[in-house]
Amino acid sequence: MSATMQEKGRLAQLVDWIDARFPMTRFMKEHASEYYAPKNFNFWYYFGSLALVVLVLQIVTGIFLTMNYKPSAADAFASVEYIMRDVEWGWLIRYMHSTGASAFFIVVYLHMFRGLMYGSYKNPRELVWIFGMLIYLCLMAEAFFGYLLPWGNMSYWGAQVIVSLFGAIPGIGESLVEWIRGDYYISDITLNRFFALHVIALPLALVFLVIAHIFALHEVGSNNPDGVEIKKLKGPDGHPVDGIPFHPYYTVKDLVGFIVFAMLFALVLFFAPEMGGYFLEHANFDPANALQTPEHIAPVWYFTPFYAILRAVPNKLMGVVLMGAAVILFVFLPWLDRSKVKSVRYRGWLFRGFLGAFAVSFIALGYLGLKPATPEYTLAARFFAVVYFAFFLLMPWYTRIDQTKPVPERVTFHAH
Amino acid sequence: MTSEVGKSNEEGVDGGRRHFLLVATTVTGIAGAAMTAVPFLASWKPSARAQALGAPVEQDISKLEQGAMVKVNWRGQAIFIVHRSPEMMKQLENPALDGRLRDPKSEQSDQPKYAQNELRSLKPDYLVLVGVCTHLGCAPLGRFQPGDAELGADWPGGFYCPCHGSKFDLAGRVFKDVPAPTNLKVPPYRFVTDGVVQIGVDAEVA
Repeated sequence: MSATMQEKGRLAQLVDWIDARFPMTRFMKEHASEYYAPKNFNFWYYFGSLALVVLVLQIVTGIFLTMNYKPSAADAFASVEYIMRDVEWGWLIRYMHSTGASAFFIVVYLHMFRGLMYGSYKNPRELVWIFGMLIYLCLMAEAFFGYLLPWGNMSYWGAQVIVSLFGAIPGIGESLVEWIRGDYYISDITLNRFFALHVIALPLALVFLVIAHIFALHEVGSNNPDGVEIKKLKGPDGHPVDGIPFHPYYTVKDLVGFIVFAMLFALVLFFAPEMGGYFLEHANFDPANALQTPEHIAPVWYFTPFYAILRAVPNKLMGVVLMGAAVILFVFLPWLDRSKVKSVRYRGWLFRGFLGAFAVSFIALGYLGLKPATPEYTLAARFFAVVYFAFFLLMPWYTRIDQTKPVPERVTFHAH
Repeated sequence: MTSEVGKSNEEGVDGGRRHFLLVATTVTGIAGAAMTAVPFLASWKPSARAQALGAPVEQDISKLEQGAMVKVNWRGQAIFIVHRSPEMMKQLENPALDGRLRDPKSEQSDQPKYAQNELRSLKPDYLVLVGVCTHLGCAPLGRFQPGDAELGADWPGGFYCPCHGSKFDLAGRVFKDVPAPTNLKVPPYRFVTDGVVQIGVDAEVA
């Protein structure tokens, strides 16, 4: 006993001491050094870890912003300008946070598209997908609440429009809207509570859901571009033959992805933080004014696909319902998809066609949501909304009759 | 003394009583949690201060010219007061107009009883509206000129919402084929004297 104790170094003794009291080593093994991920991950697999990086960035910059921001109607706008002009490096922290918001959605949309392409939502990863969708819903709420905080005029009217959506609910709508605002209009009271939700309630929920997302993923194992279950074929050591430990192989790979991401992020941050009005809208440089709507209200780009659907419907309640459905339908993908094949690589042209049409319609709706609602644009938005919904609602049909190719036993992998 | 402990945990257990206690404590716990939630949820309702700030406001309209509009802030909303001119009245009397409106008689819309008429007002000359689009709460713009270049030759004059293109006539009635579902709301209001209108208090109608 004492002999083995002496052989171990002081650090190893400390690790033993901790492990007897807290599952540190076991945790590291389960989730990193002995978590076996498929060896054929490609470019699309960067975005999960990048989403985590952006979450940390938003939390850290957010904490520092709250140190100078004042959540009241009288002071909010001026305190943001104070951060931008007078606080040392305040402009950098604030632009990191505002650019980070858009970066978050870019990364998450690419991450979700990866899931669509490779069937990552299919059995046995339904819960990974559902936790992911809950993260996405929280993220949308987080972005929406955060957007009111600068108390610019677009903040104000954006919040006014989105909160009014709840007024479409028959019967309770009007009182529900009043309850959400805590006032008869978007006021100081509303701003104060949105601040609380933005800096405490939703970040807590987000962090919890991200942990659940990763735990669920590590329980079933990662999907891959071939949609082959690597756990089916294990080597004599009990590990999947097509799996490699997440650490160090993918931590190193993801580090490269992070460096490229950081370069692109810095380019936007330093040279185009407003991104021509798409990341920070021009009307938001005017303080909130309850009596003056901006000439043209558009949400930030990441909400515009859904906003375009809302506007395309000439009936308030139906518009709200369809906009909600456009988001919620993702949750049902594991059950809408009847194909035996996961990855787009082995699916037929029907699925590829629908997936392509969906991607195009999502981008087109995003563009149309930024434009004024002229009759031509509205007609186009209606067309793309039909394509958008066809992807989901016709899925049980086209995934069943689609001509799929045989899926190989093992992942396709070419060593470099 | 301790020899009996651990022999069988289930021995001598009254299953019926255990089940009853489990259900009773669960139900009581849920009821307690629900009651505890009430103060937190109710704290989101407009506070006493918010309610006090939402008190009625008065506006002198004796100097409001024909065809002009004044905006009053009541509960953070713009209240539109328009002094309708004879030309505006003529547009509203056009019999073809009703066919283009979704709710010409204001049957589906929100207004006090005394404003549920063709002109949606207490006094025909004065239109009082909540300047909040019934679609998603934007502020409609006054476009009183008939045949407005942007809104077409058949535009009779009225309100246009720049957000999503909803259109309303000079009585705040919504046109067909626009996103707004109902006519612009009419707030409770009354005339204190001929030249002073008070927003937030209902008129007493004989």
